[in-house]
Amino acid sequence: MIDIQDSLTRLPERFNQKRVLVQHAKRLNTRFLLISGDASFRIEIHEGSVAAVQTGPFIMGEWDFCMQADEATWQTFWSPNPPPGFHDVMALSKARKLSIQGNIYPFMSNLLYFKELLSTVRARGANK
Amino acid sequence: MSISNIAIEPIIGRYLQLTIHDKRHRIYVEEAGEGIPLLCLHTAGSDTRQYRGLMNAAEVTKRFRVICFDLPWHGKSSPPAGWHEESYKLGSKEYTDIILAMTSALSLDRPVVMGCSIGGRIVLHLALHHAKHFRGLIGLQSGAHVDPYYDLDWLHRPDVHGGEVCAGIVSGLVGPSSPQAHRWETLWHYMQSGPGVFKGDLHFYTADGDIRKDLTRINTEECPLWLLTGEYDYSCTPDDTALLGKSIPGSKWQIMKGMGHFPMSEDPERFLSYLLPVLDEISETN
Repeated sequence: MIDIQDSLTRLPERFNQKRVLVQHAKRLNTRFLLISGDASFRIEIHEGSVAAVQTGPFIMGEWDFCMQADEATWQTFWSPNPPPGFHDVMALSKARKLSIQGNIYPFMSNLLYFKELLSTVRARGANK
Repeated sequence: MSISNIAIEPIIGRYLQLTIHDKRHRIYVEEAGEGIPLLCLHTAGSDTRQYRGLMNAAEVTKRFRVICFDLPWHGKSSPPAGWHEESYKLGSKEYTDIILAMTSALSLDRPVVMGCSIGGRIVLHLALHHAKHFRGLIGLQSGAHVDPYYDLDWLHRPDVHGGEVCAGIVSGLVGPSSPQAHRWETLWHYMQSGPGVFKGDLHFYTADGDIRKDLTRINTEECPLWLLTGEYDYSCTPDDTALLGKSIPGSKWQIMKGMGHFPMSEDPERFLSYLLPVLDEISETN
């Protein structure tokens, strides 16, 4: 189990050091909402870097797209060695455990980037 | 300059030209080994390099002549002249025809055919309609049908980099514990695929190649059928393969622990531990 709020708020320091990924995404500017059960987090990407992670709830908030799953799903996804079906966001989406909605163009056009970004939250000891 | 560890692989590549249904094709073929012909089919949007581990495995090539070809539009095979005026879509008939044509053009005597993903699907079609042409069929990541689980248009649109989105779509299909070098080599093949080719292949995978209603008509007494599927594959799932195993009398199936959708490419060594017993069985009866 991870502390999701703590892990997400540490995302800038953990992800932004991945220089090649950040540099490659230098034209990416977006905000997306990650919902875990009753908790929500708005993650802002500026020129490929994680610029801010804000904790909800948000009143009249803005974002391009939203990724929503229950907390148990995120916890399993972020476990060190997730079991089959919980190891990738597309697997979760296919199984209807995760919804990805809104203007998903930034997500789909930077799919490897977002997969790496979300994997960065994973607890240490993970395979990837 | 320091050079060391030079290794020249036993794989030989050539180009073959042939006309199918009035269309001239230039097909890239590579092979290694001697013995029972083993024709290998790559996945959607990829090419023969997926079988590099198998073709370099002496324990296979000492008994089997391993042959791989890039489907038209894929790898080093050209799309037919006029390709720029059509949208590529793979259909069951075209896919079957190219396999039968290559078998004939290369004078292969009742080869074993092993295919992965779309290749794993087409071996079911071969088992149903052309069993007598083959001495064995091996389906990797075989399922009777897959419903699309994302909008396939994302794979081919000018405002999204096709290579990167195709690799992004399939990256989770590689088993999480597969070696990093093989993982990224597998994804590199997807990044190099021609525009719209992966999407065109998925027409067969998600629509035209649906074989659910015909499964029980497959007769494994005419041609034996083996099915091997990686446990981390969420496209063609272990449940999909289990359903095949239960629906096709005489088929033999196994789930490969830790592996994903690209067993021969993502972890060739681990894959061999599952494949060699099947090849042993084929050797013993041939």
